[in-house]
Parts: sequence; C-alpha cells; structure tokens
Amino acid sequence: MKWYIDSDRPIYKQLVEQIELRIVSGIYSPGDKLASVRDLASDAGVNPNTMQKALAELERENLVFAQRTSGRYITEDKKVIEEVKKALALTEIDRFFDRMKQLGFGKEEILTLIEKAEEGEDGNDNTQR
Amino acid sequence: MTILSAKNLTKNFGKKVALSDVNVEIPRGRIIGLLGPNGSGKSTFIKLATGLLVPTGGEITIDGLAPGIETKAKVSYLSERTYLNGWMRVEDIIAFFEDFYQDFNRIKAENMLLDLNINPGDRLKTMSKGTKEKVQLILVMSRQAELYLLDEPIGGVDPAARDYILNTIINNYKENASVVISTHLIADIEQVLDDIIFISKGEITLTSTVDEIREKYNKSVDGLFREVFKC
Repeated sequence: MKWYIDSDRPIYKQLVEQIELRIVSGIYSPGDKLASVRDLASDAGVNPNTMQKALAELERENLVFAQRTSGRYITEDKKVIEEVKKALALTEIDRFFDRMKQLGFGKEEILTLIEKAEEGEDGNDNTQR
Repeated sequence: MTILSAKNLTKNFGKKVALSDVNVEIPRGRIIGLLGPNGSGKSTFIKLATGLLVPTGGEITIDGLAPGIETKAKVSYLSERTYLNGWMRVEDIIAFFEDFYQDFNRIKAENMLLDLNINPGDRLKTMSKGTKEKVQLILVMSRQAELYLLDEPIGGVDPAARDYILNTIINNYKENASVVISTHLIADIEQVLDDIIFISKGEITLTSTVDEIREKYNKSVDGLFREVFKC
C-alpha cells in the first residue's frame, strides 16, 4: 500500500488514518512489530517528528503499544480494531451521504439507489427495458 | 535547545535593507523551511549564519557562538552557487571535503553517488546543472553536522531525484541536528518540514509548524504561500 498525503489537511492526521486502514484491512496484523519511526517516515516521505506524532496518537487510541526497549507493536486486542473499523465505516458513510445530498437526493431515494446498485448490472438492465 | 538564534538581526547593502530586525530561534532536531519570494532575504539570512556576511546590526549565533572557525565545523552549508572548480573530478572534491571537515563520511558520499548513477571520475564541468547540484548536495549531506543550511537545494533536479534527495535529507541528519532549507518550491518539500518561516521584504512575517497551518487555514503551506504572496 502506498502512502498518500493530500494537500490541505494536517499530515499527522492523514498518517493516523492510513495506518488505521492498514491495521483494519490486515496489512498489519495484530501483534506485528512496526518499523522504526525513521524507517516509516522515510517510507512515507514525511518528517520523522510528524510520524512520531501520528504514532503517539495511535498509542492514545490503543491501536499501537510501545514496549520500552523493543519498539512499537500493533494491538492484539481485536475488539479495539473492530471499533476502529466501525468508526472508519461511519466516516465513509457520512461522506457519502454529504455528497448525495449535494446531488439533491433525499434519504429514501439514496437507500433505493443503493439497493438497486447492490443488485448489480441486472438491475441496470431492468431499468433500461 | 537552540542551535541557531538571531536577535534584532539587520543587514543593509548600502541604502538597501536586506534584513530588518529579524528575531528567530531555531531548535535542534527540526527541519525548517525558510520560505519567501525572490529577493526576500532568504540567502542573506543563510549567509549571515555561515559568516559569509557580517550583520549591520543585531547578532546571530550558532550554538551560542558568533559565526567563525568553530561554528563552521558544526554547520554544513549548501550555497546557491557553486564554489567548486569545474576542472575538478568528483573524487577530487571528495578528497577535498575529507581534508577539510572532520565530520565528513566518505562511504556515505560514495553510496549516494552510486544511487544517483554519478561517476566519481567525471569532471564537474562535463555535468548538467542538475547533476552538479546533486553532487554538491551529496557532499553537504555526507557531513555529520549539527546544522545544515541548504540554499535552494532542489531547484534544478528532476522530480524523481527530488524524492531521493528529500529522503536523503530525512535519513542523514542526526536526531539533535537541524536542517534549514530555503526554497520557493514549497509543494515539493512541505511533507518533510516540521516548521516554516515566511520571510518577506527582509522581515519574518510568520513562523508556524506545517500541521498548525493546515489545521488553522485548511490549506497547505504552498496554498497559504500563494495567497500571502500573491502578485
């Protein structure tokens, strides 16, 4: 997975989100050891202090824990990971609803559209007939 | 801990004011962008820190000392123009730096030359502008200095080499060393900076961390710069 930093939001927040995504999607498994701050920073092309700040935030969220001498590890608590996964999903849904509202759709219409899209291409064919 | 400190620093060239009453403290362990339009005083500030220029008023100190022989051992400086002779081969210059600076790491320099496909036997004058810049940056970053002053380090190099160079900067400074980068190519270096200093017409107009700017203005440093310095 490539690191992607966009232009206008705080960089450390974007790093937090992307590491969360890596944990939730299983690129980093529970109990995995993380690379050093410097290596992670170099890989992402960001400042080491910014990466440090992102990792501190992940520690605060209990997604990552530090072991005094040996480095940082991904949490083994699957419940914590599950919660973050849900939170990420809700953020995506909020974003989606915002955009659909901008397009002028109401809640009912959006739900109908989702169901239709879920039915797949067959659904599209039916509407064309 | 402060590595560089300027107090009421002023520099005039005849009647022209290049820097006016600049006060700034640069802590250790940071990468700082010195950002401003052409002619705003960036290079003047850096040259005062290296001792190439002498202040008209106020003072500038490196690790508590006025620029001089002792500070030159701690400061690694990339000038905007080359001071190396065109007839020199890269390997000659490496020997030169090794003689001059105790903190020069030859192996580091040789590895970086290899990574960037630069032949140590080549003479400077046979190289493109971008390759010359790379050679000088390699030399400067191969020192284990406490303060790096890089005046426009990435102007002439292609984007792929730019990424390599930025990575080199991230990976090569010690944890208690600082790097000051002067540039107007902000978008390219924004991600590696801790702090920024905006300088305009010889005065410091803003100092902030990169993420504070993004948080406060919902804009990148590049975006804010374009707005503040709009022509």
